[in-house]
Amino acid sequence: MKISNRLITTFQSKPSLLSLYITAGFPKLTDTAVLLKELQKANIDFVEVGLPFSDSLMDGPTIQHSHQVALENGMTLEVLMEQLDSVRSEISYPLVLMGALNPIFQFGVERFCERCHQVGIDGVLIPDLTLSEYQKKFKKFYQKYHLAPIFMVTPRTSEERLLEIDAEGSGFLYVMSSSSTTGAANKTLSDSKEYLERIQALPLQNPKAIGFNISTREEVEFAHRYGQGAIVGSAFIRRVQQTDASKAVEDFVKELRLN
Amino acid sequence: MSYQVNQHGFYGPYGGAYVPEVLYPNIEELQQHYQHILRSERFQKEYETLLSQFVARPTPLYEARRLSEEIGARIFLKREDVCHTGSHKLNNTLGQVLLAKQLGKRKIIAETGAGSHGVATATVCALLNLECCVYMGEVDMQRQHPNVERMRLLGATVIPATSGSKTLKDAVNEAFRAWINEPEDTFYVIGSVFGPHPYPDMVASLQSVISKELREQIPAITGQQLPDYVVACVGGGSNAIGSFYHFLDEPSVQLIAAEAAGKGIETDYSAAATFLGKQGILHGTQTLFMQTPDGQVKEAHSVSAGLDYPGIGPQLAYLHHQKRAQFVAVTDKDALDAALLLSKIEGIIPALESAHAIAALRQLSFAPTQVVVVCLSGRGDKDLETYINYRSTQNVFNS
Repeated sequence: MKISNRLITTFQSKPSLLSLYITAGFPKLTDTAVLLKELQKANIDFVEVGLPFSDSLMDGPTIQHSHQVALENGMTLEVLMEQLDSVRSEISYPLVLMGALNPIFQFGVERFCERCHQVGIDGVLIPDLTLSEYQKKFKKFYQKYHLAPIFMVTPRTSEERLLEIDAEGSGFLYVMSSSSTTGAANKTLSDSKEYLERIQALPLQNPKAIGFNISTREEVEFAHRYGQGAIVGSAFIRRVQQTDASKAVEDFVKELRLN
Repeated sequence: MSYQVNQHGFYGPYGGAYVPEVLYPNIEELQQHYQHILRSERFQKEYETLLSQFVARPTPLYEARRLSEEIGARIFLKREDVCHTGSHKLNNTLGQVLLAKQLGKRKIIAETGAGSHGVATATVCALLNLECCVYMGEVDMQRQHPNVERMRLLGATVIPATSGSKTLKDAVNEAFRAWINEPEDTFYVIGSVFGPHPYPDMVASLQSVISKELREQIPAITGQQLPDYVVACVGGGSNAIGSFYHFLDEPSVQLIAAEAAGKGIETDYSAAATFLGKQGILHGTQTLFMQTPDGQVKEAHSVSAGLDYPGIGPQLAYLHHQKRAQFVAVTDKDALDAALLLSKIEGIIPALESAHAIAALRQLSFAPTQVVVVCLSGRGDKDLETYINYRSTQNVFNS
């Protein structure tokens, strides 16, 4: 069953998309809405909203720290849903919710999907939700509530599995440019050239967004050679931490974009 | 009724392999090969030779007569504390590192709480000439400093985990993150019956040597075919599963798991997962662990660094679910008292972890002729400072 939502139409209608990752409730609890509204002004193409988790395995120190601060600020899935509910009418771009499985499991899978739909979430990315578990417990609710399942693929994903994941996903395929946690300092995007070329040659049904190791305009442009989307995470979180939230968005998006 | 893992990696509702895609190839490789390798003649021969010549197995089963008098039952101690490196941990690390070598891995990583698993991993890496990196919570590095130096002497690199509570849970996080960053040639040696499938089953198989020996020793030493009770402490649960393993299908044998209550299960300072935990997903497995209502992992507390973990392994969660094992919660204070008692009346200074199993005996009622086996999982050298401090506070109160 094919679903339709903002995320899917955005990828159908615009080339070279830029996406930023924010941690919900960081640096202050109310900054989720502040940042989302500023991102609207900056004309962002889509945004990943990270639900903080105490023990996020996929994240390096920068995002881990932001999660810790957000949790101390009182961020929960319930609070995030309320925040999104009140801000959604002011933003028109697609939203992808990204979070660890356990908080979603505790919230209740169907209740989670229903709430996502109500507050205008278009895609969901749960890094520790395996494909088989998704098929067993999540798929029917994603379909019922028009949520695009976003899956990650890595340089170590076999071609066979990549095609299997592509067949199950929708919206876009999240292509991790390297095997690493977020914000790893020792890897560079240009090292992934061979892998990105390999993926480019595959007959995939979904558009691709490249993430990990992207923090400059040059890297965004490099990513756009291989995928329709480029996602920036840790670098933006660092900026948000350093400066005033609203100022951070305007300057940062300008730096990353030519136009 | 089977208490073993099914073909999908689950024990009833518990278990599974919830890992990010980047680790999928590692987990899949392990799932496909572990049983075949563990059962292969080549592996068995090398493992058994080293268990006997290097680890010093079989470990004795010892009738603790004075403790028996104190408790009012026939108490036998399975002496894992006399294994090389001072605990049962080597049974597991030896097996996993041999397996890693057969899979062609070059680098070993491990997490450690009290340091016992770290030392056991570093020891085998020295023996088999593999690079070794151990992740240890910064707080635990201070609590268990001699073990840090031991690992360094053995040639391992010890990397402090500085996130979260800076204890075992955070060391596991850091080890997983290191694996994600360098998955190619690296093998993660998990120290307990925890983590994504097949780790809980693989570690249980390797630790099952404890109960395999017990099956032979009990008739010869106690005169009974089977014990009435088997008692073990539970952090993640590897010595408990190892001790229970070959008795799981013997319903007459009562299995007792002693969890760390910390300052008490009614306080915020505890590590008793079956009393305070809820089903959820942590470190790649679905199991019972302590968490907030919105699914954030709670920090555990126990005086014993090896039990200072918010969850238990999925197989133990299943034994709890099926009521096959009885779980008791032992406070810091009761464990410390039990450690001092065993030292004084049996001449054995136990690890703080194992002292929880000894203390659990006080919560049970036995007939005087009943045979009770306690897994004495480790020796107490690493805990001397804690014991000395505890004794000095007691003396202040007594004088």
